[in-house]
Amino acid sequence: MSTVATDLQQAVEDAAAHLYVWALKDIPQDLRDALAEASERETSVPGRRVLSTILRNVQVAEDENNIVCQDTGIAVYTCRVGEHFPLHPSRIYAALKTGTERATLEHPLRSNAVHTITRENTGPNTGHRLPIVHWEFIQDWDGLDVKCIPKGSGSENMSFLKMCTPADGVKGVKQFVLESIVGAGGKPCPPGIVGVGIGGSADYAMYLAKEAIARPVGTRNSDPHVAKLEEELYDLLNQTGIGPMGLGGDVTVLQCHIEHADTHMTLNPVAVNYQCWAARRASAHVSPEGDVDYDREF
Amino acid sequence: MAEHQLTFPASEEDIRKLRAGDLVTVDGHIIGIRDRTQIRIFDQGVEPPLDLKGAFLLHTAPNVRKLGPGKYEPMCIGTTTSARMVRFTEPLGRDYGVRAIAGKGGLPDEAIEPMAKHGMVYFALVGGAAALETTQIEEIEEVYWEELMPECLWKFRVKDFGPLWVGIDSHGDSMYRDVQSAALKKLEGIVAGL
Repeated sequence: MSTVATDLQQAVEDAAAHLYVWALKDIPQDLRDALAEASERETSVPGRRVLSTILRNVQVAEDENNIVCQDTGIAVYTCRVGEHFPLHPSRIYAALKTGTERATLEHPLRSNAVHTITRENTGPNTGHRLPIVHWEFIQDWDGLDVKCIPKGSGSENMSFLKMCTPADGVKGVKQFVLESIVGAGGKPCPPGIVGVGIGGSADYAMYLAKEAIARPVGTRNSDPHVAKLEEELYDLLNQTGIGPMGLGGDVTVLQCHIEHADTHMTLNPVAVNYQCWAARRASAHVSPEGDVDYDREF
Repeated sequence: MAEHQLTFPASEEDIRKLRAGDLVTVDGHIIGIRDRTQIRIFDQGVEPPLDLKGAFLLHTAPNVRKLGPGKYEPMCIGTTTSARMVRFTEPLGRDYGVRAIAGKGGLPDEAIEPMAKHGMVYFALVGGAAALETTQIEEIEEVYWEELMPECLWKFRVKDFGPLWVGIDSHGDSMYRDVQSAALKKLEGIVAGL
């Protein structure tokens, strides 16, 4: 391995360690704005008190330099790798793993990772196939974008998949999303971001739902058919009355984001992945020279 | 909706005064438990090493820094989804005299009857508001079963812990049951209009 690549691996590792803690402590401005707006529009007594407590908590975390929520999540990363970026993805993965471990031990952060059968804690938030990294490869580019999404379990437990039929149509998709969110009630810490994945295959629909929750709050899908469905579902979900923390109210979700893929003529998969109100994410751009530029709006 | 200040451990009389929808803040001692802690007590038959009579149990697994043997500094302490642990409600009241279970997201309707029978309540916290709750924890006084870290049995001393809503009271009322049944009615109308 060349010296340049070693330095670059170190830069990615440092970036991962920073991103994990930064995401946990300092929620993005678009999310703060969405929470403040929700607090303005909520009319129920418990709902208003929940939202004012949430806003106070975000401020306390900032003032005390503390993490926002106790659940440090499972570390999920998305990487966009340029074809000319001079560090192989296998090395990028190793750097993300070591960075996650360093952040956990140095801060220290609660370690959540356990063996799925023995339930023994595996150590510093890493383990077999942890962290989870999703990859996208970009032609004619030499950079790397890394996004860290510490995913809490309360919201991840509220994930749902249905293989609708083509005859169920868009109506079936809407009905399933609505039933899922009403059924979830207060468990996933509403009001949060409802991520929906439609099309593709069973596994890909769920991946798309995860991609949807990691978008900046309130951004719209570039496909007008999908963007229209996002608006409709956002409106319908907020008519259910579940409210902040499931105690009843006007604001059940901050947003509904949808990602889609073309699918088989006989398939109509719909996946729901919930992101709690503490929708944590933090991103970095890494240059081929190892310069790191931290950025929240990605 | 009434507001109350309560000190734990608490008596059945204190608990019976609370009604679903009331707001409560708490002083005194609260006990942190989680999935594995309760699996050990009820499924593996291991007696808890402290008295739970009158106790306030918080569903939690905290972020802590180890200071020395058995001694931890609170770093970020919040709560987790309670519904996973609903099946422990009845034996906690019947066998150990627990008075309050606290967490986020509520307990399913099967908790309503045992809570009424044994004089217990469910307190709802704002999930994710852990930075704030940490400022209300004065000290981690004891920790038991450290090998389950972070799902140990924790004894916290708290001051003005809250806000907490009485999500389920000891008189058969539940905010969650009311919200859910209203939402299901609304959902029926929404789906009919799709």
